[in-house]
Amino acid sequence: MHMADALLAPAVAATMYAASTVTVGASVKQLRKDEATAKLPTMAVTSALVFAGQMINYTIPGTGSSGHLCGGMMLSALLGPQAGFLSMVVILTIQCLFFADGGLLALGANCWNMAFYGCFVGYYLLWKPIMRSKLFSKMGTKAAGRSKIILASVLGCIITLQLGAFSVVLETSLSGITELPFGTFVGIMQPIHLAIGLIEGLITSAVLVFVYEARPELLMDVNTGDAAVQSKYSLKTTLMILAVVVAVVGGGLSLVASSNPDGLEWSMFGNAEAGYSENMGLDEEDYGISSGAAEVAGSIQEKTAFLPDYAFANSDSAAGTTVSGLVGSAMVAGAALLICMGGGFFRKKKIAANS
Amino acid sequence: MDKLSQAQSELREMDALAASDSPVHRLHPLCKLLVTVCYIVTVVSFPKYDFTGLVVMVLYPILLFQAADIPVSTCFYKLRVVLPLVCAVGLVNPFLDPTPWMQLGNLTVTGGVVSMVTLMMKGIFSLMASFLLIATTPMDSLCAALRKLHVPSILTTLLLLTYRYIGVMLEQVSVMTEAYKLRAPGQKGIHISAWGSFLGQLLLRSMDRAQELYDSMLLRGFQGEFFYADVPPCKASGIVYTLVCVLAFAVARLVPVTSLLGNLFVG
Repeated sequence: MHMADALLAPAVAATMYAASTVTVGASVKQLRKDEATAKLPTMAVTSALVFAGQMINYTIPGTGSSGHLCGGMMLSALLGPQAGFLSMVVILTIQCLFFADGGLLALGANCWNMAFYGCFVGYYLLWKPIMRSKLFSKMGTKAAGRSKIILASVLGCIITLQLGAFSVVLETSLSGITELPFGTFVGIMQPIHLAIGLIEGLITSAVLVFVYEARPELLMDVNTGDAAVQSKYSLKTTLMILAVVVAVVGGGLSLVASSNPDGLEWSMFGNAEAGYSENMGLDEEDYGISSGAAEVAGSIQEKTAFLPDYAFANSDSAAGTTVSGLVGSAMVAGAALLICMGGGFFRKKKIAANS
Repeated sequence: MDKLSQAQSELREMDALAASDSPVHRLHPLCKLLVTVCYIVTVVSFPKYDFTGLVVMVLYPILLFQAADIPVSTCFYKLRVVLPLVCAVGLVNPFLDPTPWMQLGNLTVTGGVVSMVTLMMKGIFSLMASFLLIATTPMDSLCAALRKLHVPSILTTLLLLTYRYIGVMLEQVSVMTEAYKLRAPGQKGIHISAWGSFLGQLLLRSMDRAQELYDSMLLRGFQGEFFYADVPPCKASGIVYTLVCVLAFAVARLVPVTSLLGNLFVG
């Protein structure tokens, strides 16, 4: 789900950067209150572990394929939402810088799509209410804890991944990048991520259940006999919260995806297009014809043109500009190639001289 | 090579590149960071049909690769991560946008094809620029630059520590996976019975290790922030580099350079 730079318009990327920056600021402020420095090494080691853990292939029984771990849910269950968010931001930054997984400009959007939903939405709306609820209380403390962890991780992964996938579609469409109608794009992305979310949730819950059985005190909001973490929400409250979450997410998504796709599509692409040309201050019709430099070039051109009066069949004036654009582009590309080859030549010479 | 050892070798390779020396490596990290961001913003801001305008932007990474003494081909391998997603989004454009954009003899080039090519070029160019940044700037210099931009110290310290530990963890997980594979021949991944315990075991050990690490950092006088002593102030060369680059990007964005160049030769 890592977005590349090319999929975002600068305005959308900047907006997402702003949103993520505000969340980082709030998290840092919140963390300073509770001993951030003491938590730092744990955060670093855990995020390095999640990073490496995401590369492990887990066999999905009955199929030939394999699944991976969901970072956001796991980090917020271990470290809390603020520390989990910062850790995810760091993981995404390293993935972007060293592994080209997601672009530098798209980092803000990626942090939002994967870290914000995974950590804050996953924690406050799912993990915390479920873990503190009296759900499964008839099963005994240990079994109830296990069941709650599985429920919270699976639901958490599914819902946060759905939100993330929806954001990817929204951001790409608002950037005016794809011709794919909004409704179709959503229709492709959401079901895929439903399956991924389920698998990721199960794997994450397996790891968290293991931790719960060995060292329950490492997990957030787990009832270890501590009065502060005692069950706070009744079954009814938990179910109410869950119902609201499901209604908002499910209802919101289906409303946007299906109620009036054409209208939405029109407004999105229409606005995006309008914004685009406005932002650039350019008029495509006028492109490259009326500038002062073009006139100077025009006078030189008569003397230098090696392809005078050359035009393609049916070409109008716009296509004419296009042709010169193409010729110019080819020249730039040729120059780039020459520079590369020249660099390679000198490097080889240097290596030969050194050895 | 599996994913884990692949990641390990990629990290090592990037470290080695960043540790070498060239005029680009010697530039101030903050200047490089700003120029890279400006470059990517300029690249993605090109309109979706303006691929002839976008072509000029290739010159910046190409020239810088040469100045940094790094072969351009080193970054191509990373394209495998970027291109699939960009292609997945871009490949539908030719089918959904059949408006003719230009006529080349008998061949009609549609707007969809042009926007797809532009999208791919944007993806490749921005990848090249961020690759260059990290291939010429060591992680601690980059963090020092981020500190200068008032990024909270907790984030930069976390970035440095995590970066340090990723190597360790990758090695650990790689050893564990190898051992697991040897005990479970013919199996593709981790079996469901070990889903929890496999990573869980490592997690528990690492959490304890982190506590010890923190204790030892405290004993060495750690007070919540690393200090970057060896970052010199920004020299004139850095400022000139930044100004020249930003100006060049602005010119490339606002003046249709390739069209003007082409006009010289086409009537």
